[in-house]
Amino acid sequence: MKRRDFLRQIGLGSMVAALQPGRLYAVTPAPSGEPPLERLIVVFLRGGVDGLNVVIPCEEDEYFDRRPNLAIPAPGQTDGALKLDEQFALNPALEALMPFWRDKTLAFVHATGLADGVRSHFSAQATLESGLGGTATAVDGWMNRLLGQLPGATYPTRAVSFGASTLPLILTGSSAAASQPLGTAAEQMHPTDTPDIARVFDRLYAGQDDLSNAYQAGKMARQRLMADLRQDMAAADANAPHPGNHFAAETDRVAHLIRGTSRIQLAFMALGGWDTHIAQGAGEGQLAHKLRPLGAGLARLIQNLGPDYAHTTLVVLSEFGRTVAENGNGGTDHGHGGVMWLMGGQLKGGRVYGKWPGLEPDALFERRDLAVTTDYREVLWQVLQHRFRLQPEALSRILPGFTPAPEALPRLFG
Amino acid sequence: MMGQRIAGLSILLWITAASFNINAGEEQSRQITHTLNRLSFGPLPGQIAHLQAQGIAAYIEEQLHPERITEDPDLIRRLDGLTTLRLPPQTLYEQSLFNHAADSSPRQAMRGFNRALAEAQEARLIRAVASKRQLLEVMVDFWFNHFNVFANKGGRVKLVVGDYEERVIRPHALGRFETLLKATARHPAMLVYLDNWLNTAPRTGKGKGRYRGLNENYARELLELHTLGVEGGYTQQDVTELARILTGWGLCEGPLRKNAPASGFCFDPKRHDSGDKILLGRRVQGGGPEEVEATLTALARHPATARHISYKLAQAFVADEPPASLVTALSRVFVDSDGDIRTVLQALFASEAFRDETAYQAKFKSPYRYLVSVARTTGAAVAAPRPLLNTLRLMNMPLYQCLTPDGYKNTRAAWLSPDSLLQRIDFATRVGRDAFRTALPNRIPATTLETSQQAVLSPRTRSALSGLEPAHKTAVLLASPEFLHY
Repeated sequence: MKRRDFLRQIGLGSMVAALQPGRLYAVTPAPSGEPPLERLIVVFLRGGVDGLNVVIPCEEDEYFDRRPNLAIPAPGQTDGALKLDEQFALNPALEALMPFWRDKTLAFVHATGLADGVRSHFSAQATLESGLGGTATAVDGWMNRLLGQLPGATYPTRAVSFGASTLPLILTGSSAAASQPLGTAAEQMHPTDTPDIARVFDRLYAGQDDLSNAYQAGKMARQRLMADLRQDMAAADANAPHPGNHFAAETDRVAHLIRGTSRIQLAFMALGGWDTHIAQGAGEGQLAHKLRPLGAGLARLIQNLGPDYAHTTLVVLSEFGRTVAENGNGGTDHGHGGVMWLMGGQLKGGRVYGKWPGLEPDALFERRDLAVTTDYREVLWQVLQHRFRLQPEALSRILPGFTPAPEALPRLFG
Repeated sequence: MMGQRIAGLSILLWITAASFNINAGEEQSRQITHTLNRLSFGPLPGQIAHLQAQGIAAYIEEQLHPERITEDPDLIRRLDGLTTLRLPPQTLYEQSLFNHAADSSPRQAMRGFNRALAEAQEARLIRAVASKRQLLEVMVDFWFNHFNVFANKGGRVKLVVGDYEERVIRPHALGRFETLLKATARHPAMLVYLDNWLNTAPRTGKGKGRYRGLNENYARELLELHTLGVEGGYTQQDVTELARILTGWGLCEGPLRKNAPASGFCFDPKRHDSGDKILLGRRVQGGGPEEVEATLTALARHPATARHISYKLAQAFVADEPPASLVTALSRVFVDSDGDIRTVLQALFASEAFRDETAYQAKFKSPYRYLVSVARTTGAAVAAPRPLLNTLRLMNMPLYQCLTPDGYKNTRAAWLSPDSLLQRIDFATRVGRDAFRTALPNRIPATTLETSQQAVLSPRTRSALSGLEPAHKTAVLLASPEFLHY
């Protein structure tokens, strides 16, 4: 596919359908003895999470000066941040992630994001999901294009979006991908699961048009996921208590669905509510109340992945960071540079990567926001290159128009 | 001999003419179906025949003037029972505060908020299904999403979301864009949802409590979503300047609560930044609320706004990717008519692009349009809104609860996915099994439904229908490609 074929400017047209004809293949379980499946889980924090209060530049006076009510106290103080290294500390609401920092499977890339992006949620999210730069957007998402570059025949449950019942842009494109609701909707019996109804609709949707493809892919994915869920419920550990929060319960389910013999290779989850214009809070408050379950959920997810963690990479990202200074309402406004979180068995973790631009007024983007010194695609490029062993040609199809800058980032994976 | 030949010829002519008439009749009923699909939430049983008599042009003209259409008395009676819809924002707010203080139970107050929201949802749903002013209902949905507010932002938005639709969106849905824009800007639902009630000039000495500085949330969305569009040529500096213009534009809190108008809108000069501003290269002299009024006027008349709104209308009524020539033509009408929505729609419905066969069935229904069209096509009444509202939630489109200010989309890419298709099949199957008989009573029988759809059914759907029992017939008809599109 040529770049101009799928690039488009936002607003000039809508996206093509999620599914193209003729992309259905039989689901084949992995024969034993095959190398373990390499997996990628992307968690998108929609709304622009305040990266400066996730990984805190605790040595910067500017940080404390410009956030009189929102700054997290330095490590060692009451309710202080958790020390990561000489320069940075972690929001204490993410304490559940510290064991992974210590065993060096957690890393952060700071001052990263869309180098010449805009402060619009919709525009920035669409660009990040497209895997492009500036304000460009594509009709397909980079995870879907990754699906097209993976070796072997693809199948409807190879890539799954958890949570929403419609596919997000990041997984939209010419390869079939499934969406799996979470919560109570996940286990319901559906009329289409009964043979007489299935027969009727199998006949109606037997064609090669986009609706037929959606029907066939949806049915196959639902059967497959239901089978996995049933198998999982029978397993002893499925009855383990949840840590009492919704997200952690959902990540349990995700972990159960993607580990072991499951053929899910790419997973995507989006979480909302990070747009903290008002009452963001410091030790407690909106942000802490979102971060705490996220940290606990990710920790549970990894715990549940068990040995599969060795071949799994987690990327947590958001469309932009927030203003360095707090606003008049105890919140922060849309900003620029943010922080990406990485977790994975093969990661060279225990480090905060990225060139730190500082918070001096002159160092800021438009004199108000953390600058972007590392394009977010540098990080994705390395994940794709080192974990999925893709060649530069394939990488350029997934992240078109992007060339990694030498020395931008040291090697992230062992 | 001669007579026989003439008779034979005339029979031949008669047959030709008859088949021509059948084709013309089918073509006409497809045109009528298309018109009803776009100007309404789908044909009612028998409505296609009705339009054959009335004529398409007359129907369009009638729908463009909803004030001339006599509303269904049953619908009016039901709406009259929804009492919170008659109360203005400040009254609703004071009452909820009063109730809250009197028995000091936050749960009681929350019940009041939820009741107001539930009544707004019921009003919207029963009107969408039963109102004779269908184009108005289609445009209410369009403008609500364009000027979206999220009811769950807090109790205060839940309380007034019904009023927002009733007194801001509905009266201006076919009126002038500028009037509509200005009405949204003053409503407490918008002021709370996009935080402008907190937006305060920095360093005014009033930096107390929650009013401690600029909040540019509303300013940004006003430019990006409500008027110019994301490519409308504004900068971050413009956003900040607009936020300064909008300081003090908010609610009647503190000392302003005494003598607060029923609208719940107040301008607080003490929190306003009275300095001069530069917006989009033009100087705005520091003053008071007239700065906002003048700015909204300028934004409503900006050519980028004309283009942005025209694109969205063309996308909603013609195709997900509307022809550029149509957008250009509509932009011109928008500018020439000073943003008169009715005039722009008139031009849209008269356009080649709208009437062209390629536009037939080109759109994929959103969950909202899907559910409303199920009720209309099956001739059912909405006796209980709750099961339908729950279904909308399940389909990712809870009513008045789109979190993001861009509102719900109406494109195929936004709503067609394997899972969403299976959900519609599930729903259609349940309707066929009469699982919604209390919520949607008086449904027409499957065979009547089949006859009414006959003109638009594809050979594949017809073949899938043959020999089915009635329950399955209904399921297939309501989950067929022809019914999922409009």
